[in-house]
Amino acid sequence: MSAIMKHVKEKGMKLLFLAATCVSIAAVILICLFLLASGIPAIREIGIFKFLLGTKWKPANGLYGIFPMIIGSLYVTAGALVLGVPVGILTAVFMARFCPKWLYGPLKSAVNLMAGIPSVVYGFFGLVVLVPFVRQFFGGRGMGVLTASVLLGFMILPTIISVSETSIRAVPESYYEGGLALGASHERSVFYTVLPAAKSGIFAGVVLGIGRAAGETMAVMMVAGNQPVIPESVLSGVRTLTTNIVLEMGYAADLHREALIGTAVVLFVFILIINLALSRVKRRTAS
Amino acid sequence: MTKRLTRLWRAYRRDPKSLFLRLIVCFAALITILALVFMIAYILMKGIPNLTVRLFEARYTTENVSLLPALINTLFMILLSLVFAVPAGIGAAVYLTEYAGRGSRLARIVGITAETLSGIPSIVYGLFGSLFFVKYLGLGLSLLSGAFTLSIMILPLIMRTTEEAIRSVPDSYREGSFGLGAGKLRTVFSIVLPCAVPGIFSGIILGIGRIVGESAALIFTAGTVPDIADSIFSSARTLSVHMYSISCEGLYINQTYATAVVLLVVVILINGLSGFLEKKIKR
Repeated sequence: MSAIMKHVKEKGMKLLFLAATCVSIAAVILICLFLLASGIPAIREIGIFKFLLGTKWKPANGLYGIFPMIIGSLYVTAGALVLGVPVGILTAVFMARFCPKWLYGPLKSAVNLMAGIPSVVYGFFGLVVLVPFVRQFFGGRGMGVLTASVLLGFMILPTIISVSETSIRAVPESYYEGGLALGASHERSVFYTVLPAAKSGIFAGVVLGIGRAAGETMAVMMVAGNQPVIPESVLSGVRTLTTNIVLEMGYAADLHREALIGTAVVLFVFILIINLALSRVKRRTAS
Repeated sequence: MTKRLTRLWRAYRRDPKSLFLRLIVCFAALITILALVFMIAYILMKGIPNLTVRLFEARYTTENVSLLPALINTLFMILLSLVFAVPAGIGAAVYLTEYAGRGSRLARIVGITAETLSGIPSIVYGLFGSLFFVKYLGLGLSLLSGAFTLSIMILPLIMRTTEEAIRSVPDSYREGSFGLGAGKLRTVFSIVLPCAVPGIFSGIILGIGRIVGESAALIFTAGTVPDIADSIFSSARTLSVHMYSISCEGLYINQTYATAVVLLVVVILINGLSGFLEKKIKR
């Protein structure tokens, strides 16, 4: 009897574990299903070209073109990379190869803390410090591509730093020593032998950073100005795909609401492409 | 000291490029650290003088802009999200490591889905939550809808860290347990999981950090009601959402600074705890 009970218990728990495993698969399927089911009809009704390439977003007049937001997301993400990639990679190099031992602990905790600070706090800091700064020194209203890019650049630093640092540390010591043996200085050895060897890992970090920058919502909304037009300069206001959803979802109804979900679908496809690129990079690293 | 400096100077004069490389590396690290220190110092300096007793009154009114209800809601949200995410995450990790083979098809699929989930922006989670939990399941704007949304969000994190912790338990432990006549289930619960506890905890703490910081996914699922939730079916805002709301209203700039201080302190505590645990695991 007890043997049978035990068997049942073992099997039952195994099934339970299996069910838990399937939760994440179910979640992905549900997310795709619900986004597509509510987004695609709207995109079809508006017309896919009008939706993706239309330059006017005026829900009151029935104009739903998200091209300005696509461009906005691209600009802001690219801007964030201009700041985040060089600073992030160089900081990672510093942490892996140049850092005095006593400094490493505090620096590492600082980077972890940076990753943990909520985006509203970043956004608020941007609002009270960066926006007035940009307004004063560059002119304009202070809210725009430049401000959002700088803020996002800082926000993606921890992602880029920690992934790059790990991949730099994973390079065999013999590469570095080989460089030294050939007469290279410490710096040259790091930059010309270690860094190239860590290339694909660093690239993975950058791609992850792109994902974070493109997906960031609250911080961008607080400093970007949010006008739904294609920005003319780095100082003019910009609206990204993410902020478009947050700004109007609260009161949108009917087609307007579905158009916002359509915006999320476009964003989702963006992110999926980035993810695909990431797993490509990772596979190449593994092989 | 001076001898060393002169030697360095001589080496660098012959090789200015190395000097340049060293300088930009140090400069980058300096920018990173200064940006963080400046931000934290600025918020603390502006916020601490505004930390008044009134901010911690039990009821929110437009006069006191109390953050205590939001803080308590944050606790509820953390507990509720973990109730869903932790069993699912640990169960999945156990199945993937102890039952399914390492290269099995299921493990591959779950790996891909976990990666997809962790890449999805929080606003997309929020939208999905409002479509599925709020509307389709009819849970309305509530703590429960928010917690479900967040638990999907932190699931991959908990699953991944638990998986790693379980994998680092040596096989000899399992063999010893089997050798003593224990079944698979008993081995998992009394040998493998207890050994993996610190790792699991560090995953949970990372998850708590994400819950505390989240705002975009909660606005359309848990709503923005500034009172303490009566039940899991009532709408309530967490501290991050609270801070977002009062900073948007623009009338309470001082209180926003103070709220930012509280939020920062919570995040720093969580980070300290996870750092402490990480050290413990390494030992």
